[in-house]
Amino acid sequence: MKLINFLKNLTTFDMKKLSLSIALVFMTTLNIFAQSEIDMATGLRSSGKIYVVVLVMLVLFLGIAGYLFILDRKITRLEKKQNQK
Amino acid sequence: MRKSWWKILAVVLISLVIIAGLLGPVPALFLLHETIRNIYFHVPMWFAMLFLYTISVIYSIKYLNTGKQEYDLMAVEAVNTGITFCFMGLATGMLWANITWGEAWPNDPKLNGSAIATLMYLAYLVLRNALEEEQKRAKISAVYNIFAFPIMIVLLYILPKLTDSLHPGSGGNSAFSNLDMNNQLRPVFYTAVIGWILIGTWMFTLRYRLRIIEQKQNEIN
Repeated sequence: MKLINFLKNLTTFDMKKLSLSIALVFMTTLNIFAQSEIDMATGLRSSGKIYVVVLVMLVLFLGIAGYLFILDRKITRLEKKQNQK
Repeated sequence: MRKSWWKILAVVLISLVIIAGLLGPVPALFLLHETIRNIYFHVPMWFAMLFLYTISVIYSIKYLNTGKQEYDLMAVEAVNTGITFCFMGLATGMLWANITWGEAWPNDPKLNGSAIATLMYLAYLVLRNALEEEQKRAKISAVYNIFAFPIMIVLLYILPKLTDSLHPGSGGNSAFSNLDMNNQLRPVFYTAVIGWILIGTWMFTLRYRLRIIEQKQNEIN
């Protein structure tokens, strides 16, 4: 995206846009520089083990959500009981 | 089950965020690496907190207008739930700061502002416990809450923007620019924000309903 923006900016000769495109060049080169060094967890994902962690987190969250649902039901029951009195 | 569709929606949304947030594509950013995924989990805590504090201040104003005790209970339970999200936001923020800024709590305007705002809302809860008489307690704490809210906004969202801060969304470090909030992150991020706001609202309604039951119980005895 940044590259396309930069190319678009190149075609105009507005001074303001020129300085902007210079800034963009600087940013894109920085990004390219950075991208070559940044370690992302690609290996972890390709070996498939990350899915186990996702499942574990899902189970935990759904457990907590289920707990909230049960709490909700209990409170509803209490409210009904109280309103009958 | 008719009334609980939004609770189910909340659970579905957060489940989607856990799946897409961990497996989906993220931009490779300098220093942040995979920790950029924290944006799906750390930032929504603060959105949920802000939402609950807004509910609280609305009901404080309503209380002062009408004098209905339920509104006062709503205001206090919204703060109780909001402060839980605030502490979760602080804890996750400290973990993230430790890895990116090298320190869990660097001396930064955004962080110190959030600490003061947290203390302000803790003071609200302490103030309530200190007052015995019910009507007086409700009135004084409603006024306090109305004053605390704008100060919290200034401390968290305005003052850090006026100075230099490490935290994104502050001066010279914008959060929603194309640079660090690109279109890969946006859909999952907004899903997370809506999901956590709904979960927060759910927790708040549960607390409020318990409070009402307690109230009625006391009236009977």
